[in-house]
Amino acid sequence: MQIIESKKEYDAIVVGSGAGGGMAAFIMANSGMRIAVVEAGPFFDPKDPETMTQMKWPWESPRRGASTNRAFGDFDMSYGDWEVDGEPYTKEEGTKFLWWRSRMLGGRTNHWGRISLRFGPKDFKHKDIDGLGENWPISYEEIKPYYDRLDKMIGVFGTNEGLKNDPDGFFLPPPKPRLHELYYMKGAKKAGIPVIPARLSILTKRINKDRGVCFYCGQCNRSCSAYADFSSGSCFIFPAQKSGQVDLYTDCMVKNVTTNDEGLATGVSYINKKDMKEYQLKSRAVVLGASACSSARILMNSKSSQHPNGLGNSSDHVGRYLHDSTGAGLSGFVPDLMDRKVYNEDGVGGLHVYSPWWGDNKKLDFPRGYHIEMWGGLGMPAYGFGFGTQGLNKYIGGMVGGYGDKLRKDAKRFFGSVIGIAGRGESVARYENRCTIDPTMVDKFGIPVLKFDYNWSDYERLQAKHMVDTFEEIITNMGGSVIGDKPGKDKDYGLLAPGQIIHEVGTTRMGNDPKTSVTNKWQQLHDAKNVYVVDAGPFTSQADKNCTWTIMALSMRASEHLVEQFKKKEI
Amino acid sequence: MKRRDTLKTLLIGGIAGATIPLQGCKTDAVEKVEEVISAGSGYGRTPSEKIHDEKVNEEVYLNEGELSTIAVLCDIILPATPTAGSATDAEVPAFIDFIVKDLPYHQLPIRGGLMWLNGESTKRYNKAFIDCSSEEQISIIDDIAYPDPDNKKPEMAPGISFFDRMRNLTMTGYYTTKMGIDDLGYVGNRPNLWDGVPQEVLDKHGLSYPEEWMPKFVNHETRDVQAEWDEKGNLIS
Repeated sequence: MQIIESKKEYDAIVVGSGAGGGMAAFIMANSGMRIAVVEAGPFFDPKDPETMTQMKWPWESPRRGASTNRAFGDFDMSYGDWEVDGEPYTKEEGTKFLWWRSRMLGGRTNHWGRISLRFGPKDFKHKDIDGLGENWPISYEEIKPYYDRLDKMIGVFGTNEGLKNDPDGFFLPPPKPRLHELYYMKGAKKAGIPVIPARLSILTKRINKDRGVCFYCGQCNRSCSAYADFSSGSCFIFPAQKSGQVDLYTDCMVKNVTTNDEGLATGVSYINKKDMKEYQLKSRAVVLGASACSSARILMNSKSSQHPNGLGNSSDHVGRYLHDSTGAGLSGFVPDLMDRKVYNEDGVGGLHVYSPWWGDNKKLDFPRGYHIEMWGGLGMPAYGFGFGTQGLNKYIGGMVGGYGDKLRKDAKRFFGSVIGIAGRGESVARYENRCTIDPTMVDKFGIPVLKFDYNWSDYERLQAKHMVDTFEEIITNMGGSVIGDKPGKDKDYGLLAPGQIIHEVGTTRMGNDPKTSVTNKWQQLHDAKNVYVVDAGPFTSQADKNCTWTIMALSMRASEHLVEQFKKKEI
Repeated sequence: MKRRDTLKTLLIGGIAGATIPLQGCKTDAVEKVEEVISAGSGYGRTPSEKIHDEKVNEEVYLNEGELSTIAVLCDIILPATPTAGSATDAEVPAFIDFIVKDLPYHQLPIRGGLMWLNGESTKRYNKAFIDCSSEEQISIIDDIAYPDPDNKKPEMAPGISFFDRMRNLTMTGYYTTKMGIDDLGYVGNRPNLWDGVPQEVLDKHGLSYPEEWMPKFVNHETRDVQAEWDEKGNLIS
């Protein structure tokens, strides 16, 4: 098969258009560089009525929003989930990993929870505290200016609380809590757990002329047609295009980075999904923002005589230290939330309050912490609504089962009486947990696929135990009952499988030592200075936070470093 | 103006771009957006999802006899009331017809459950369930509409599990229609300005917003004023 070479040469090629890639494209294009953005999925604009799901009613879907085609339901705005047609992955026997991919412009930012938490000072130096894992080569103070700019550039609501490890920022005003959130606050307070307004990248107030302000439909996971939530397409890619410096290549699946005799990158090779032919693009720098695992895969598939173990992989560290957030949850039934007066409480697309980590690990039997999220309320019905509703009668001594007027009454009486509480925590990154190339399998583009080898340890299991015990206490404090059985040891205390929280990081971790890290503190490959990684791959460790805000702050920092190096002709 | 353009203008211009607060404008905008969106076609499918839907629609699984019995069951589960239609009024049988093809794990339990039901009615009344009188039907339903944790009537177990599935699908099928949502009272899925739990509801639950939080919350009056902060991160606009 002939490889078709493009005559154009770009200053930089950005692979992937999500949080990291989008930011990189935006920064570089606005600095005057000529940029190609190569995205594996189709073009997507949240305001295109043809693809839009925002404000649709459940009956507009014949399956009422069931998850047949999309793991989070018909209206969720992610093309692709833990399974993508024709793009398999494998696992070491006896291990679990679920790998989410959103194949579309903007990637996962189109549907994510918009929970936008800065990492704190401790999160960058956790080894100093508990001796586990590795410290980042950078500190909070070094990244703080980028977080500050990010807050103003993208917009995030929240409040300055003066918390040490959950730093203050430049926040938009938060929305008032919903009723079940006030109940949560009461229950958490009684358990000695702090609750503060949530921090979500949703515009409750105008930040510029290009983006709208939230109109409280509660559907950010459907991607906002008014651009009032953060999605990479609407906030980075489209504005970057206005510079006239960006060529967008959609439906183009990058296979590998091409290199020259000196081992430096010369561009990328990709398969165009429309004609299934292979093309090459040339550039002076390559910026990988394909997602932690996809970027690792591209690097490992970029073998040459200069890089026999894959590009950037002389240390054999590409793919290692893969770690996802921990997750466990319980749901509860709260009798005081029965027979509610109905009103519109859709609110923003996510929680209005949350609990940052409050614990002292010296007094606990596990390292690191977690934050608490909750859901509930008078939400729009979809497939699954009414399943088992009559069963809630058992908690109030009512008659379980039935039909007719009694059942109809149950639907109304119990509407809004169930809450869910979930923890999202920090796992400890381990050398053994990794993805590698599976030499025995290729995807439909002929590209070797990833094989995962990931096991939780007791650190994470005991953390999950603490989560479900805590959630039980909060639910009880709310006057409620846990629905179903609290998961015990036999079920790892409800600890979800790695990959299920969709916060995978660490596969190209940054460090000062090229023998034990893949990128330097500027997210530049130790082995090839004109390749940068701007997704969550360079994370040395997770935190008890979600990773997106840090991906973007770091991508801004790395991209500006690249621009500077480019201008100095260092790359 | 084309429908699509109208929508664009409304969402970007009308709702978000211009000043919408507060009541008067808001209502206008809400009505316009709803009109345009409800008039739209499709529900945002990708090409492969469209093919999936077409394929499912072409398939036949449940036959007419089965669907007739399902209709009877649906209306036993959710009959009409003075203010709301029945499950068949809300076309729940058509939803069940679709969903068993879309989620095939429902197929065997539904088909087999209907066979069990007809077996039971034949045993009792020598008739198919659909040919039984209402009283006869209800006498069977009363034996399968409630759980039997102590296993007092083990021979009813398959019927109990079948009815539970029928009840779940009927509830979901009904409350995801306009009729069902109106009956339930859900009033969201429209542009609005959330300003907290209504005072009367707070009072009923004996709750209030923390005093110290009040000045921090969204003020819709200034939502359209561009955000500005002082050096310490205090919002000053």
